[in-house]
Amino acid sequence: MTQTFLDVVQRNNLLAGFGIIGAVIWLSYLISNHFTRGRIHGSAIAIFIGLVLAWIGGVRTGGERGLADVPVFGGIALLGGAMLRDFAIIATSFGVDPGEMKKAGLSGTVSLLVGVVGSFVVGATVAWSFGYSDAVSMTTIGAGAATFIVGPVTGAAIGASSELIALSIAAGLVKSIVVMIGTPFIARFIGLNNPQTAMVYGGLMGTTSGVAGGLAATDPKLVPYGAMTATFYTGLGCLLGPSVLFLTVRALVGG
Amino acid sequence: MVIYGVALLAFCTIVGLYVGDLLGILIGVEANVGGVGFAMLMVIFGSNWLMRRGGIAQPTVQGVAFWNAIYIPIVVAMAAQQNVAAALSGGLAAILAGLLAVLACAAVIPTIDRLSHKDDGLSHKERGVARRVELTP
Repeated sequence: MTQTFLDVVQRNNLLAGFGIIGAVIWLSYLISNHFTRGRIHGSAIAIFIGLVLAWIGGVRTGGERGLADVPVFGGIALLGGAMLRDFAIIATSFGVDPGEMKKAGLSGTVSLLVGVVGSFVVGATVAWSFGYSDAVSMTTIGAGAATFIVGPVTGAAIGASSELIALSIAAGLVKSIVVMIGTPFIARFIGLNNPQTAMVYGGLMGTTSGVAGGLAATDPKLVPYGAMTATFYTGLGCLLGPSVLFLTVRALVGG
Repeated sequence: MVIYGVALLAFCTIVGLYVGDLLGILIGVEANVGGVGFAMLMVIFGSNWLMRRGGIAQPTVQGVAFWNAIYIPIVVAMAAQQNVAAALSGGLAAILAGLLAVLACAAVIPTIDRLSHKDDGLSHKERGVARRVELTP
């Protein structure tokens, strides 16, 4: 009986995904209303529960896709995968006022540059202080602090070892998770309550999944603005990482 | 028809991602450069253009509105398939690199924000209020 049920669930895994995520969100709003009196947004709690489930799934299966590696929960991979994520982010831009986008044009562009270079410098400095003091290591880990795509792309281009690339992916994942969880908490201190600041935020943080989750948990109306700039970040990082940034680091530390 | 909204959205998504891939190849990086952003621009300007030309049929809007509303559940599903275990096993160097990068960038937001805001003379609080009024039709 149980086996038959699990078979049905696995055959219809996307539907099971809707059910599971629905239950997680229901539970999250229950927690939000009853234990935090609505002070912590239900979607912030839901994202946190999602990350905890991903951690449990990753530890239990040893896979790379969190909960989605547990066969019964395979539908999560499709529901939360890149295809539907991009599709839904793009749907949020329907009816957005183009004027708001134009107003943040200059600061949005500056935020992209500062975001990539700033994260890189911080990441490379942390790498150096942990003894990764050669140019390739510092660049790869610094690029990982930009996003978990910039890290491996840069590392592969400059000949980093697979251990370094794994480390840079880990740095990028930590960043994305910190942004998802932390955004609602820092929003008040940085004035993140309007479209223009959301565009600057997206440009500075860059991690599409982090910004998408973090803004959803802060104010869903800000999502299209943050996502708009964040989407250019990874491309810029992949462009600067193996070129200008690597050459600069090599000039500074040698070899 | 509801499918018109969904189909238009799918069309914009695929065209945008295609442009992003092409741009990536053009500048020689192995990544999609702004694909989602281009698709969003198409949707923003497209929907504004259609609305000016006499509006969009309600069922078509519903086709887009569903995906807009399902966005947060999708983000939760996305969170549930992150490689959290790998992030935590990266050790202190990876955790500090990711965490400090976020804090450093968050700290400069008010400064960069001022580049665009300097002319409107509103405080953050006032802009938040102004925006909310705008969004309520």
